[in-house]
Amino acid sequence: MTELLLSESEKTFILHGVQQNFRGDGRTRSEIRPIVMETDIVSHTNGSCHLRLANTDILVGVKTELETPLPAHPDRGRIEFFVDCSANASPAFEGRGGDNLAADISRVLARSYASPEILNLKELCILPGKTCWILYVDILVLEVGGNLYDAVSMAVKAALFSTKVPVVTVSTVDGGEPELDLSDDPHKATRISVQNAPVLVSLSRIGNYCVVDSTPEEENCSSASLLFSVTPKGMLTAVKKIGGGSFQQTSIQAAAKQAVSIGVEVNDKLLQKLQQEEEMGRKREKIGFLL
Amino acid sequence: TPGDVITRDAGFMRGHGTYMGTDDVLYASVAGVVDRVNKLISVLPLKTRYNGEIGDVVVGRIVEVQQKRWRVDTNSRLDSVLALASVNLPGGELRRRGAEDELSMRKYLNEGDLISAEVQNIYHDGSLSLHTRSLKYGKLGQGCLLKVSPSLVKRRKTHFHQLPCGASIILGNNGFIWISPTQGGGEMDTSEGGGGGFTQNLEVVPESERETIARLRNVVLCLAENCTMLWDTSIMYAWEASTKYSIPELLNMDAMRDVAHLTQQRLQMDME
Repeated sequence: MTELLLSESEKTFILHGVQQNFRGDGRTRSEIRPIVMETDIVSHTNGSCHLRLANTDILVGVKTELETPLPAHPDRGRIEFFVDCSANASPAFEGRGGDNLAADISRVLARSYASPEILNLKELCILPGKTCWILYVDILVLEVGGNLYDAVSMAVKAALFSTKVPVVTVSTVDGGEPELDLSDDPHKATRISVQNAPVLVSLSRIGNYCVVDSTPEEENCSSASLLFSVTPKGMLTAVKKIGGGSFQQTSIQAAAKQAVSIGVEVNDKLLQKLQQEEEMGRKREKIGFLL
Repeated sequence: TPGDVITRDAGFMRGHGTYMGTDDVLYASVAGVVDRVNKLISVLPLKTRYNGEIGDVVVGRIVEVQQKRWRVDTNSRLDSVLALASVNLPGGELRRRGAEDELSMRKYLNEGDLISAEVQNIYHDGSLSLHTRSLKYGKLGQGCLLKVSPSLVKRRKTHFHQLPCGASIILGNNGFIWISPTQGGGEMDTSEGGGGGFTQNLEVVPESERETIARLRNVVLCLAENCTMLWDTSIMYAWEASTKYSIPELLNMDAMRDVAHLTQQRLQMDME
């Protein structure tokens, strides 16, 4: 993805490090770099999250809108993803360069959230066939520092966790259309259950081993990556291969096992932290962008 | 910080990074350190591209191979130039550079390779001319490259250090720091072919040396994040302060701040 140049010896160094399970910064193949995250910082959205994973910076905003449901699923709401790779993130994203990657990411997210067990979309329905909530999830990639997919998925999950959907009361008017009453009270809002929301885990193949959370230098050394979408229960909802290298069947299975164990752990910790943040209540100091 | 008052004394000349307010007061226009040379006051910004001086040691990456020279990226405003005549070719010092040498430039230095070199000259447009005409400069082998701000690297007598913890470090003035395992036999053999043939060591680096390199890397990043100057003493102090953390723990913000803080304290005690 990046146009980073590396010398032969640097690549050899990284390759041998991966083989010895000791990467350039001391991590093992299955360790992730520290993550800093804050939710509920963008004021005009219903939910938001700003996540920073080493040099990767992602901002997600969730907005809820009332629209008509799809004729195929009249009793369900919808969730739509839109990704924008800002030109500030990387020189490769100048002009239309980032559009391909953005489309890729939104497609993967749409696929991983497509299973009906992930989010209870029926909760989002107000009047079957007439009105439902649509969650527009907007993702802004501010900086690229390796491991884009994972960071995006974590930020999306956190933003959805913090989303407050306004309470709607339906009052029927005599002989006419039912009227919807949107509660203006910011404290009366329903939350979306993200207990089953998946997190993407990308494994880059360097030599004969797969590493999680690769830096841009490691990404340059890898031939291909496998992207797994893992729910907290350990189920896989989407799988994607990125890059031009090839995988053997046994290595795909081994990678899947590795991804599931890492994904379950990440989901767990993420939810823990989100709940901790929630407990700090409304009075907590919002630090925002000046991290 | 921008907007800060530097001095109210009107007798100074304005240098880079300053401006005069309406009331004859000198303000800073960039975030950085105040530098005073007799009557000239300037502010050296913290985040800047590398401005070369003759005699500086730099670490650079080859980005292009041209007719009789290589173009090197040194984190400056313009790419630097390494002429074919400025490198040591295999076969001895005083060889005439013939046409075959030109055609086989790629064999010595290819795109993406890292070199350590010294600034020989500065062109009018500001780009640097490098040379590797000494056995200690040349192509770099296995190791780890770090990019920090050029303003954090102190100007010292030597920039090649063999640290007692068991690894070698090159502090390029341009902000590129190269950490590598110490080659067996004392002095680092980084010459491009002094003696014929390339000594590119592609053997597996043992785990103990890898640990040292990884720890050094994280330690240098700790210091860089907290805007501490980098030189061999500060890095060693930070190394000693970091031993209580495991290597991956040093990637945490709190651990970074702690290590940098302890180092700064120790350096201050030294100065007193």
